[in-house]
Amino acid sequence: MITIVDYKAGNLTSVRLAFEHLGVPVRVTDEPAQVRDAERVVFPGVGAAASAMATLGSFRLVEALRAVAGRGVPFLGICLGTQIILERSEEDGGVPCIGLIRGRVRRFEFDNPRIKIPQMGWNAVRRLRPHPLFEGIPDASEFYFVHSYYPDPAEPSERLAETEYGGFSFASVLGRQNVVATQFHPEKSGRLGLRLLSNFATWNGQC
Amino acid sequence: MLTKRIIPCLDIRNKRVTKGVKFQNNVELGDPVTMAAGYCADGCDELVFYDITASAERRPIDIEMVKEVARAIHIPFAVGGGISTVQDMSRVLLAGAEKISVNSLAVMNPAIIAEGARAFGRQCIVLGMDPVRAGDLVRFPSGYEVTIRGFRERTGLDALAWAKRAEELGAGEIVVNSVDADGTRRGFELALTRLISEAVRIPVVASGGAGSPAHVVEVFRDAHADAAIVAGMIHTGEYTIQAIKAAMTEAGIPVRRVW
Repeated sequence: MITIVDYKAGNLTSVRLAFEHLGVPVRVTDEPAQVRDAERVVFPGVGAAASAMATLGSFRLVEALRAVAGRGVPFLGICLGTQIILERSEEDGGVPCIGLIRGRVRRFEFDNPRIKIPQMGWNAVRRLRPHPLFEGIPDASEFYFVHSYYPDPAEPSERLAETEYGGFSFASVLGRQNVVATQFHPEKSGRLGLRLLSNFATWNGQC
Repeated sequence: MLTKRIIPCLDIRNKRVTKGVKFQNNVELGDPVTMAAGYCADGCDELVFYDITASAERRPIDIEMVKEVARAIHIPFAVGGGISTVQDMSRVLLAGAEKISVNSLAVMNPAIIAEGARAFGRQCIVLGMDPVRAGDLVRFPSGYEVTIRGFRERTGLDALAWAKRAEELGAGEIVVNSVDADGTRRGFELALTRLISEAVRIPVVASGGAGSPAHVVEVFRDAHADAAIVAGMIHTGEYTIQAIKAAMTEAGIPVRRVW
């Protein structure tokens, strides 16, 4: 059973439908106790870091997320969920975040006005380290991105894959022990995105 | 490198995909879910569905169809037609759509763009606009006037000014559908697409006039579109998405290669 954390940041329908398509049972919850006891966690989200952190705080989910990740269960962050498991975001003047992975979230800055923000669309994900999440997925395959900020993990070994946008490379997949996180949306990335979710659903949480 | 997107457009009338020229002479083409799944298998990057009779019939969008599509495909899709409130937007997104397209509604009530962006994030709000060539350059400095209600009404809005205003209000993307080119299959309106794409920092989707892979190559290479909508040229079976992408690759335009 996969526990999808619902903290009112964006639409969870696609994530739920993707796992249903794979035949993986899911429960969607905003209850800290259910998150704490989960055997496998998906932490999605779309939107702004400050309001997401405020909502997580009001639902008492921050401690539950730290506790469940600390127990070593497989944990997958997606998009905003990936950003706010870092320590801090530059968004909204600076927001302290959950801190499952050391590092920061930064805003894209481009001198060339032709580079559109947000990055919206399919971009190649180039592998830096092997990981069970990538099983059966050709290197440099494209996945679907929508974001104006990017994760910048402090520890180079925690960058599992990178993506180039506007001449700049950022970490598009992060991983530390039982925690993995993608800046792109696997649930909207077609067959290869479904494969990544299916890999996560069977992953034992070890690299 | 971010790839350029190919987006099939499915106009829905009475639960069936139809295709007309300038909203006239509609011919029925097939079942939306089956067609969407087929285009996904052929490598399309995104889809857009317009419920073209919802507004005229004063009924809400067909939510059951949106749910069926969301169960069948796992790539982003936008939905337009029959949306008049933030509650309508919410229902469409919760049914599994990634984006909502607003067109006539946004002209009548521009605040809906800001309200939608605030409620769901700007990436969910697509402004669709249907500009027509206008000779009066004093009133329409860009040379294009925005029309609404399926090209039937003129609005007095300059297309470029409206695009910039929509970006300020919070639109996450703009679909520029040329009235003059729509359904002609003689190529996109390149000048219009380039004008708007160069003036805003959000992605611009070119629409109207695609008749061959060469037209699609042109709109990316010469008009800086971020994505292109195709309809008739693939609905008739004359071209496949793969054929379009092969032409793009040949021209050095980045495309998604594996799906």
